[in-house]
Amino acid sequence: MSIEAFRPASAPVVVRLPALLVSLFPRAERRVEVSSTTVNEMIDALDSRWPGMRDCICDSTPAIRRHINIFVEGKRVTLATRLAAGADVFILTAISGG
Amino acid sequence: MAKKVLILLGTRKGVFIIESDAERRSWQLRGPYCDTWPLNHVVADPVTGAIYAGGGNAWFGPAVWRSADLGTTWTHSRAGLAYDAGEQPIKSVWSIAPGRGRLYAGVEPAGLFYSDDAAQSWAHVAGLRQHPSQPDWQPGGGGLILHSLVLHPQDEMQIWVGISAAGVFHTANGGATWEARNRGTRADFLPEGQNYPDHGQCVHCLVMPNGVSNRLYQQNHCGMYRSDDGGQRWESIEAGLPSTFGFPAAVHPRDAETLYLIPLNGDTVGRFMPEAKAAVWRTTDGGKTWRGQRNGLPQGNAFFGVLRQALATDRLEPAGVYFGTTSGALYASPDEGNSWACIAQHLPTISSVETLVIDT
Repeated sequence: MSIEAFRPASAPVVVRLPALLVSLFPRAERRVEVSSTTVNEMIDALDSRWPGMRDCICDSTPAIRRHINIFVEGKRVTLATRLAAGADVFILTAISGG
Repeated sequence: MAKKVLILLGTRKGVFIIESDAERRSWQLRGPYCDTWPLNHVVADPVTGAIYAGGGNAWFGPAVWRSADLGTTWTHSRAGLAYDAGEQPIKSVWSIAPGRGRLYAGVEPAGLFYSDDAAQSWAHVAGLRQHPSQPDWQPGGGGLILHSLVLHPQDEMQIWVGISAAGVFHTANGGATWEARNRGTRADFLPEGQNYPDHGQCVHCLVMPNGVSNRLYQQNHCGMYRSDDGGQRWESIEAGLPSTFGFPAAVHPRDAETLYLIPLNGDTVGRFMPEAKAAVWRTTDGGKTWRGQRNGLPQGNAFFGVLRQALATDRLEPAGVYFGTTSGALYASPDEGNSWACIAQHLPTISSVETLVIDT
């Protein structure tokens, strides 16, 4: 059996996008299901559906942008955070502006 | 054919457009566009009529917005507007210059990008940040920004940029290598005896008259300057002006000797109109003599500033002159600066003013 067989399969997760982000991508939806095992993969999946969305969520460091927060099961996460099957993910815009 | 002039305003809360017929006596305002993003520079490509707006949003980073229908609808992209992984991410777009089918964008932290597909994607002009002075570049009050872009009118390989506070740089080979061009400009904020460095000057605005390939004018943090050799040597033209400090500069559309500046009272005393009386200063002899144009401008309690990209002329006859204030007012002169009227007020802080003249 190959090593590939032991890798965890991508799991479906539910992602909730902020209204400000959705407004930038005309056909985007506030609630979306994607299959990912990490936050980074999840953002790639969003980007493949709505090209350009990754650059709105992440900078080139690469890291989640300073004024964007991603929460999974109530905890703030990073790009490397693993996602369990069925995880509920919230992408939120921080209080910012003037 | 009848003509219409559009004044394109970049503001802290989106794009506004104010337009008039060629008489420029009655104006209609529309906006805000671009989801009220903070936009540092809004400019039209006079060849295609497309409008581009560059800026940055605290949540989503830099973007260039584009409208192909004079501002009614907009798209946006930031694809390729990034430095290599590990470098400080790009915060905002500060300047846009269309020319010969290519679009250039200056960004914060200072760097230069270009697009050959009408701002859908961008590529880095890496040679600028490889200049040996780059580690010395220091941010000015607005950040470490590339705010001025001047494209040579005939030679597509030549570009001048202004970076605060690094100075003026020039490339003669399309951006592969760059040369500092600051000789003769002061840096009063450096220790005595070190006030004329190779680089590190705080250039505020750099402009070139239309069709003149080696004449440049510069508003600096420390003085106003003219160059007749593409910036290899600068001479002061500040004598006769009320201060040595200001932000914007704008050239007459047809006369290389006519330049408009808006000196402010000083960098440490409020940065507003001298004696709180508004004036646009005009030279018609290349900076030898100056006259303050005040007719119609507030002559009391004018505690506003004008930012580095918020002064522009149009190409009508006679030329129109326009400036937007930090307090959200737009002033217009339909007669080359002789008389003025406030044509919009209560807008967000105005970052940039540019014009587009179209046939109707």
